[in-house]
Amino acid sequence: MTSLPTPRPAPRSPALKVLLYVALFAGAALTLFPFAWMLLTSLKPFAELFTLGFLPQAPTTDNYAQVLQKTEYVRWFLNSLLVAGLSTLSVLFFDSLAGYTLAKFDFPGKNLIFILILATLMIPTEMLILPWYVSVVHLHLSLNTPGAYLSIMFPGLMSAFGVFLMRQFFESLPNDLLEAARIDGMGEFAIFRRVALPLVRPALASLAIFTFLGNYNSFLWPLVVIQKPEFRTLPVGVALFSGEAGTQWGLIMAASSLAVIPVLIVFAMFQKQIIEGIVLTGMKG
Amino acid sequence: MTTRAPGLPRRSLSIRQRQTLTAYTFLAVPLLFFLIVRFAPTISAFRLSLFKYSILKDTSPFIGLDNYTRLAQDENFHKALLNTALYTVIGVPAQIVLGLAVALLLGRARLFQGLLRALYFLPYITPVVAAAWVWQWLFSPQFGPVNTLLIWLHLPPQNFLTSPSQALPTTAALVVWQNLGFQIVLFLAGLAAIPRSLYEAAELDGAGGWRLFTGITLPLLNPTIVFSIVTGTIAYLQLFTQIVNLNFTDQGGPLGSTLSVAVYIYQMAFGRYEMGYAAALTVVLFVIILIITLFQLRFLTRRIEY
Repeated sequence: MTSLPTPRPAPRSPALKVLLYVALFAGAALTLFPFAWMLLTSLKPFAELFTLGFLPQAPTTDNYAQVLQKTEYVRWFLNSLLVAGLSTLSVLFFDSLAGYTLAKFDFPGKNLIFILILATLMIPTEMLILPWYVSVVHLHLSLNTPGAYLSIMFPGLMSAFGVFLMRQFFESLPNDLLEAARIDGMGEFAIFRRVALPLVRPALASLAIFTFLGNYNSFLWPLVVIQKPEFRTLPVGVALFSGEAGTQWGLIMAASSLAVIPVLIVFAMFQKQIIEGIVLTGMKG
Repeated sequence: MTTRAPGLPRRSLSIRQRQTLTAYTFLAVPLLFFLIVRFAPTISAFRLSLFKYSILKDTSPFIGLDNYTRLAQDENFHKALLNTALYTVIGVPAQIVLGLAVALLLGRARLFQGLLRALYFLPYITPVVAAAWVWQWLFSPQFGPVNTLLIWLHLPPQNFLTSPSQALPTTAALVVWQNLGFQIVLFLAGLAAIPRSLYEAAELDGAGGWRLFTGITLPLLNPTIVFSIVTGTIAYLQLFTQIVNLNFTDQGGPLGSTLSVAVYIYQMAFGRYEMGYAAALTVVLFVIILIITLFQLRFLTRRIEY
């Protein structure tokens, strides 16, 4: 747990201090209430759903058992894991290579290239989806196994945000280190791989987590492009299942909980890098 | 280029030429990606918008600007535009004000800062689909806990997502709740970067809390706030997942009250397969995002000297 430096000192009077913490914890409780309600509802038997008690009287894991029986949850989860994992590896490599080049090399067209990459952030996803879809359909890509995964994945193989983030970090690397390696006769790619990359490990960790979460939670494009049920990713699977479940809120909440739990585990493990990533983006924004 | 005899080793290139060569080698794959996956489809979408294109039909006649004259008269699209403007106007300021308020308080908390930050951050990493279904259940008119609470407080229960006037704000509230954690962390970072000596000097001059906030905190946070406004606006103008999952059977909400531009584009393209018309709609969305973003960057950024 890292604490950022506090710009203003903590309040001096004990009464104000208590008030500050009461306000902060009340806000946090309000923020977390939907999660608590989701988990509690997922443990209620159907008969209890509409009785409005906060705690389940007769808690049951029956909803979870049903979701796992009725749906391909494990398959969805593995699909999401595969798609998000491969996208993350690709983004890490290519975005850091591009960010490094834009930060540490001087060449004609450098600023133009950077601006063009950043400008892609302004293109709405909806606009790109139609031509992507037409191409995927014409290539009959989404019908066979490797093609289906590729068609879900390709839009996220690199990200403009990642190039921007990595460029910010490489800018602050001292040039002397790289020059020293050059004098030692190291090749340019080896310098990037063995000198520069290890020095920006925190940034890589942040980028990895953001990219992974972004792709794991992605909805619109997978919804459009997935044609066969066995290729559904977790959000698409959960949305379609919930849409069919009607008023079986216990099942819907169990499915939602199952979608949230893996993310919570990742967050618990990498909280520091996630927060640091935003902090560093914000500092230099 | 210096002339060099063929077969000479690359040593004869100047340092600058070698740098350029390496740079373009390293950038080759990323550049190709951005050209093929981002720029080319953008141009395709412009082209597509000039055709009556349906993936189901073999012929797709060129119809010039007909799609654009059609959208100029399409009342559903106008409704979607208006709703999208409402989402943005409600959501962006709300998440910035709330995020800044919590960040200011958190910034003064010594104990539990990391823990509290993590708690506020959780909704941000939750899959939107799951969050939206939970929201639907929370605000359900008959059985939702929110209405239970209202009844318990002797207040009239509300229809929320099934009411044409309340469905949009309830949807916007979900997005704000999900984004709040991100905003808080961003503002905490911005606040931490403000030199403390500035506050100390101002306090010696007898400035009170409000003066410190308007005179030091706000101006120095300007870059962070601008970043929030710009990225927030771009996201709200493309609102889709929350809306679809809050009203799975009727994606436009009660009387079309939650229909956004993105949802309407999706319905046209993948519900009715009118790809050409949908493409024209995306072109309009693109132009709107471009104008608003450039306008914001031009008029909101100020250079601060201290």
